[in-house]
Amino acid sequence: MIRFDAVCKSYRGGFEALRGVSFHLAAGEIAFLTGHSGAGKSTLLKLVALIERSTRGQVLIDGQNLSRVSRRQVPYVRRKIGMVFQDHRLLHDRTVFDNVALPLVIAGYRHREIGRRVRAALDKVSLLSKERLYPVTLSGGEQQRVGIARAVVHKPLLLLADEPTGNLDPDLSWEIMGLFGQFNRFGVTVLVATHDVDLIRRMGERVLVLSHGELAGDTR
Amino acid sequence: MSRRRAPVRPSHSKSPKTAPAAKAATAGAAARPALLTLLVRHAHGGLYSLGQLARAPLSTLMTAAVIGIALAMPTGLHLLLGNARQLTAGWDASAHVSVYLKQGVGAEDAEHTAQTVRGRNDVAQVRYLSPDDALAEFRRLSGFGDALSALDQNPLPGVLVVRPAATNGTPGDIDALVQALRKLPGVEAAQLDVQWVKRLYAIMEIGRRGVLVLASLLSLAVLLIVGNTIRLAIQNGRDEIEIMKLIGGTDAFIRRPFLYTGIWLGVMGSGIAWALVNLSLWALEGPVSRLAGLYGSGFRLTGLDLSAAAAVLAVGTLLGLSGAGIAVGRHLRAVEPA
Repeated sequence: MIRFDAVCKSYRGGFEALRGVSFHLAAGEIAFLTGHSGAGKSTLLKLVALIERSTRGQVLIDGQNLSRVSRRQVPYVRRKIGMVFQDHRLLHDRTVFDNVALPLVIAGYRHREIGRRVRAALDKVSLLSKERLYPVTLSGGEQQRVGIARAVVHKPLLLLADEPTGNLDPDLSWEIMGLFGQFNRFGVTVLVATHDVDLIRRMGERVLVLSHGELAGDTR
Repeated sequence: MSRRRAPVRPSHSKSPKTAPAAKAATAGAAARPALLTLLVRHAHGGLYSLGQLARAPLSTLMTAAVIGIALAMPTGLHLLLGNARQLTAGWDASAHVSVYLKQGVGAEDAEHTAQTVRGRNDVAQVRYLSPDDALAEFRRLSGFGDALSALDQNPLPGVLVVRPAATNGTPGDIDALVQALRKLPGVEAAQLDVQWVKRLYAIMEIGRRGVLVLASLLSLAVLLIVGNTIRLAIQNGRDEIEIMKLIGGTDAFIRRPFLYTGIWLGVMGSGIAWALVNLSLWALEGPVSRLAGLYGSGFRLTGLDLSAAAAVLAVGTLLGLSGAGIAVGRHLRAVEPA
């Protein structure tokens, strides 16, 4: 599902965020990406989500070479991906329902279908009763669950999460990670970047360790 | 399509890890005809932007009012010019060409010439004033009656008073008529009495150009106003735009509400312009008809007719859309998630 082939990413000014990273995450797999801050975790996720482009090497998503994706095609690649952010990135002037519905609205789903899918996604993160509320009235953990519902509502092939538990206490973090595990059991490929080593150990899944832009470890 | 309808929870049983539960999502758009999808998207974009405008009614109204005033000024002036043209067209029809006959042309020859002139289709009426008639009229109108009595013979020539046909209202046509009349046998001179009508036309031509220049400048102002409003909206909606892009919103999808915002502002501005022009006309109507009454004229100000109102609406809408389009083209691309 994700294949990195000697990928380098350097920013203007010469800073090398990633240096020759190669790995393969098969479809239906789950992996955690870890490393010290500045090790290149976020950069790696940004390359997958086409927020950044690699300087050298190839990134393949679902067999598609991202270096050949034109600017116009970017949205369609992103629709294969669900993204969860540390700061949730919810729209605060819209209800929970409308936030979760957004990927479906963008993809042009029918009204009835949207209602069904949004409620199913909210049910999965146990927020069905809060669909009419605005995000600000929710706790941090609940907001993150809305973010997760939005990321999976369109049934993406791939779920990416960048420090999804960064602002949550250990119990909530465990709960959120449990959700990712659950989606993975439904067949979604999951890649979670986090520096929470204890949590990763408890999950007992594949771990990719980045250090100074290089892949320093892969538990597989 | 059947896969698309599959419930979000594919199965509670342990499905194999490789099962592409989400494969359907890659298929792209929903099971709806493309045209209908497009229509729904436009309706969505249009309604959403209308809702956004309604959330800040005061600033929306102020922006629309500025656009309205900018549109109302050239519209109103254009309307006044149209009224003036209509008024002078009336005067023009009453403009007479005086054809002075040579001394010694008798009444019979004069009547013959008059008959020739009557035969022209650009002439409405011809009246023959014999030297005696002319003298009598001059005596009556000039106030030099006593002085004229001192002359031992009548110095005035016979005159044909020619009224051009109403259809030939433009100065060029009348000029051609005067030239033709000059060439007739027995005619000494032909003169358009109302030189000032020509001058008025010239002045009105300047006015027309002035309105055109003003309209261009104010159209530019409307473009800038709408452009700036949309630019601010893009800046305020930065986070939202980034999120939309992150979850796969195409440029067209993100652009659409902003373009509709421009359209709505243009439509509202046109409405305000229409109201302002009609209000101004209503304020002018009383004094104008009183003045016309003093001149013994039944002249009434003509208001915005349906086609003019439609033109104002079309121009306003187009300017709103263009202003939004320019702003979106310049600023939306710069907003990229990081």
